[in-house]
Amino acid sequence: MLRIRRVEEAIAQAYPAKEMRCPIHLSIGQEATAVGVCSHLQKEDHLYSNHRCHAHYLAKGGSLPKMIAELFGRVTGCCQGKGGSMHLSDPEAGMMGASALVGGTIPIAVGSALSFSLDRNALVSVVFLGDGATEEGVFFESLNFAALKKLPVIFACENNGYATYSAQYKRQATLNICDRARAFGMAHDQIDGNDVESVSVKSGLAIERARQGKGPILLELRTCRFRDHVGPEPDTHLGYREERELEQWRNRCPITRLEKQLLSGNTLTEAIRAQWLDEIDKEISQAFEFARASSFPGPKEVLTDVYAESPN
Amino acid sequence: MPKARIKKYWEAISEATVQAMEMNPRLILMGEGVDDPKGCFGTTLEAFHRFGSARVIETPLSESAMTGIGIGAAISGHPCLMVHLRNEFLLLGADQVINHAAKWHYMFGGQTSVPLTIRCIVGRGWGQAAQHSQSFHGLFAQVPGLKVILPSSPYDAKGLLISAIRDPNPVICIEHRWLYEKKGEVPDDIYSVPIGKASVVTAGCHVTCVAISHQVHEAQVAEQHLRRDGIEMEVIDIRSARPLDIVTITNSVRKTGRLIVADIAPAFGGFSAEICAAVSELSFAELKAPPLRIALPEAPTPGGPTLENQYYPTFEHIIQAAKRLVSGKHARISVERAPSPSPEFSGPF
Repeated sequence: MLRIRRVEEAIAQAYPAKEMRCPIHLSIGQEATAVGVCSHLQKEDHLYSNHRCHAHYLAKGGSLPKMIAELFGRVTGCCQGKGGSMHLSDPEAGMMGASALVGGTIPIAVGSALSFSLDRNALVSVVFLGDGATEEGVFFESLNFAALKKLPVIFACENNGYATYSAQYKRQATLNICDRARAFGMAHDQIDGNDVESVSVKSGLAIERARQGKGPILLELRTCRFRDHVGPEPDTHLGYREERELEQWRNRCPITRLEKQLLSGNTLTEAIRAQWLDEIDKEISQAFEFARASSFPGPKEVLTDVYAESPN
Repeated sequence: MPKARIKKYWEAISEATVQAMEMNPRLILMGEGVDDPKGCFGTTLEAFHRFGSARVIETPLSESAMTGIGIGAAISGHPCLMVHLRNEFLLLGADQVINHAAKWHYMFGGQTSVPLTIRCIVGRGWGQAAQHSQSFHGLFAQVPGLKVILPSSPYDAKGLLISAIRDPNPVICIEHRWLYEKKGEVPDDIYSVPIGKASVVTAGCHVTCVAISHQVHEAQVAEQHLRRDGIEMEVIDIRSARPLDIVTITNSVRKTGRLIVADIAPAFGGFSAEICAAVSELSFAELKAPPLRIALPEAPTPGGPTLENQYYPTFEHIIQAAKRLVSGKHARISVERAPSPSPEFSGPF
């Protein structure tokens, strides 16, 4: 979580230099959901995400230097500079892809689960989606099929209360997103998305259950995005949410909470924490250096990889 | 000598499906009605009997999700063949086809491919009306990352579908319902017809008719009439809209200097416009006259039989167009309407 937070903060800090020419949707505040869920995933499990995919990509084991290079539009980026921040992918780590079309990867994750269930290989497919995505028709269609076929897919809904600047209560007739699963007889749970232990325990159970062929689950993880929907800045000046609300969530920051717990229990010391930060910041610094030192894709690259080559 | 027998278009599709599923045990088939007693006008029945519901998967009426699920299965090692009984249904999955399947390989830097084939039935039927007859090959052909095929014969139906299934890219296969009962020689073994190669159906030196899907048959009928009148028409079957074999087309226009494009969709902004534009750009000096398009009128398809008769262009339009081009006269095309529907048409509806 600390690593993800430092990466996102480094991106936020570097962003005004305009070397990263793509919209960035930072995961600051939402580290626990990514880390808690992904801590139970193997490399071969499939993970899908959305425009806010940095934390998911890193938690799944995606390469950090390639991620930063991708944001910098370099040919060494994870998508050779062709995807940008909203379309991170590292299939070797099982991070299959992210879509900027809200809800877009939900059915694709179900497709992976279908493949896994046909192979009976005990692998699972996880898709991270926001509260907004649960309003798309494809969400309901996907839940239905996953439940019908008892597929090993985890619908991990990060409910941060807003779709861009639109509050959940303005968009949804009922606010407990987890309850949507009832329509399909699907298991579901609502979790404090800022308590990494809770996320880990509950998603661990859900993932194990799915591996055993007992079917899909909808997890509603309640959390908060600390900064603006897009970009590096805080956004309370916009007025759609109150400073007070944000303050309450910041007091429940997943990282601060865990650190406090570990420090008071003497599992963690300030010295170790400082060492971690040092290592993390070094790794991040190297990643930025790698990105800046990498070349841009050549002009011909515009037209490459439109189609996959046939093997023969 | 490889064995071949006379088969119907739909039988050729069924054969391609079964043989492809035999050859690749990981290939799955999904669609609404794939396992029902009619088996998508016979095209999926044999596959369901042979491979059962584990691999021939009946889907809910959830075209958007099912397309995405097809993508997900395909990228996870289960190439997927999907079928829509009407091209219109695929529109509900347009986000997945256009924004996801077509983009997946490119936007993720070539790391993952999407071996997904989607079959769609289009075209004139028996009062199909506005929502059950459209062909969106033009729409999908506009999207880099997609391939679009339109087989017009049983031989091509089997061969192109095999190619599409083997192709690691998303391919849309457009099947006109008036082709379903057409018969032709089809080899028993598995074989493929390359995507992106047009075929010269009949050779001629006076006028080129580039025909799409069922219009290939209308063009062949027109060609016979024209030959009796001393006009030789070269009929080209595009077979695929994307990639388009523009070389075969321009080679023909270099010879004839005259171009007709016969399409199964409206002209405005349609695929026929692409062919005309490309030929004009590449073969302007060889053209003796502007290209002529035979296409659907600028209206939704009417339901009633008399209006339907009025609506659809036939071989008579192609004859008139050819004569107009060859004579250089700008006579209006007026046609005496053939009765509808074609006598051999008995479905699919």
